[in-house]
Amino acid sequence: MVEITGAGANRLPVAIADFTGERIVAQALTSVVRADLERSGLFRLVDAGGPLADNATPAFEDLKSRGADAVAGGSVATAADGRYETRVRLSDVPKQAVLGNPAYLHTGAQLRATAHRIADFIYEKLTGEPGVFSTRIAYVVKSTGRYELKIADADGSNDQAALASREPIISPAWSPDGGKLAYVSFEAKKPVVYVHDLASGRRHVAANFKGSNSAPAWSPDGKQLAVVLTKDGSSQLYVVNADGSGVTRIATSSGIDTEPRWSPDRQFIYFTSDRGGSPQIYRIASSGGNAERITFEGSYNVTPRPSPDGKSLAFIARNGSRFQLALMDLATKQTQILTDSTKDESPSFAPNGRMILYATEIGGRGVLAAVSSDGRVKQKLSVQAADVREPAWGPLVR
Amino acid sequence: MRARLLISLPALSALTLLLAACGSQPPAPEQGAAGVESRTPSAVKVDTSPVTTVQPDKFDPNSIAALKDPRSPLSKRSVYFDYDSYVVKDEFQALLTAHGKFLSANPKMKMLIQGNADERGSREYNLALGQKRAEAVKKTLALLGAREDQLEAVSLGEEKPACTESSEDCWAKNRRGDMLYSGEF
Repeated sequence: MVEITGAGANRLPVAIADFTGERIVAQALTSVVRADLERSGLFRLVDAGGPLADNATPAFEDLKSRGADAVAGGSVATAADGRYETRVRLSDVPKQAVLGNPAYLHTGAQLRATAHRIADFIYEKLTGEPGVFSTRIAYVVKSTGRYELKIADADGSNDQAALASREPIISPAWSPDGGKLAYVSFEAKKPVVYVHDLASGRRHVAANFKGSNSAPAWSPDGKQLAVVLTKDGSSQLYVVNADGSGVTRIATSSGIDTEPRWSPDRQFIYFTSDRGGSPQIYRIASSGGNAERITFEGSYNVTPRPSPDGKSLAFIARNGSRFQLALMDLATKQTQILTDSTKDESPSFAPNGRMILYATEIGGRGVLAAVSSDGRVKQKLSVQAADVREPAWGPLVR
Repeated sequence: MRARLLISLPALSALTLLLAACGSQPPAPEQGAAGVESRTPSAVKVDTSPVTTVQPDKFDPNSIAALKDPRSPLSKRSVYFDYDSYVVKDEFQALLTAHGKFLSANPKMKMLIQGNADERGSREYNLALGQKRAEAVKKTLALLGAREDQLEAVSLGEEKPACTESSEDCWAKNRRGDMLYSGEF
């Protein structure tokens, strides 16, 4: 399901040994852990030379000769209530020291989820950053006369439809707690913004004013949505409470203002505007004030997405007739084009900032792809025989 | 709308269909949604009943029947735009004049103007471009006699293309504003 091309420059060599105990469960766990770590592009998997239980001492000299910097072993036991207890131990090979020894109580149905948590633990211990293997992604699948808003694990598995409609669905946005999605649906023959609670399946209208309602973005505290409304003329930026109450206009231009996104520290709202004659990215202080232009190169720069650390900005730049994913360092304004595709859209950062998920087109069909923020690791997430678009990477789950 | 209009027989059947369509609008947005649900908004009703006209048509340019009469300019509902443009071209002035007069003569009729854009670039930015086209059509109609409260300009962006190939011919068909009357949306 996930195809990887390219890899990080200095991949960390790590051995994930076969876990001991319940054989089928252990095999399923280790294969998902290995696939997760490999997919990140930050690790090189080294053969561990055999199974390793969590309480056994790794063969450090042998692992050292295999080139492993770290090794994980584990064991799966059946708990009294029929669930499984999986214990994992991660060790530093050169130092011959234990890095961590977590335990997980889980059912058979939670195998993949448990494996993602184990991979997250290993990732965080070895890189110092949180792993995102347990996060979820949202996207829209278009088939003939049908649109589905889907939620899946970050590796594309376990997909479930949150909404199916005959009319288009665009711009899904995760609430900061991961419990809700805001999106635009055209089921009323016009764009209307909804907020959809994923656990209950209930939803409510967040913005349905005269004209078009679109481009929802959550405030970092999850209490408000920035939206684009046309009730007062052309597309302009407003803020509403997440329940749909209390609409306030936050910027004014004579042209188009759209695609708002809060900076993670809530200080700024980035957006696309044609106020200067061509679509470019601007930002305003969330407290109000003048807009500051951010992009200057080229005549079409749209869809700003600030990184989780607020230091860089992903967006879509047009180069000739190619629309490509670009990343700007906000301090130096240096910009790098991260892809070589031609129809990139809707970039979305992983919550640890390492990867950017986006939509692109291959052979006339929409696909999802991801690229590392340094442009080195590239992945394609294929969903069979479907047109996939509008990806949004969900927040970290704790 | 029902009482005061003098309408011909085929017009009456068209009006009945329009009213029938009015009664089956998409579900109210406030309604709760199940975890997985299938929404099936009603399609625009098309008159598929056999033609049973006995009387010769009395052609009234401002009758409801004219909306679907191929002889009437009112049956034409699309305005096309140039690339990166929101200016209503001269060739569509006559069409919009006919619709403006119709709306003025039928004050209870409402119109939804759906703006569209071609597929290139950001979906949300294209939504805003489609809105500009819908607004341009709306302003023209308002100048030609329609009242503000009869008109709503919305955008479908690049989401509902009339033509799905990646070619200039196709894109030109997608840069348009569509006019829908009460009962058709």
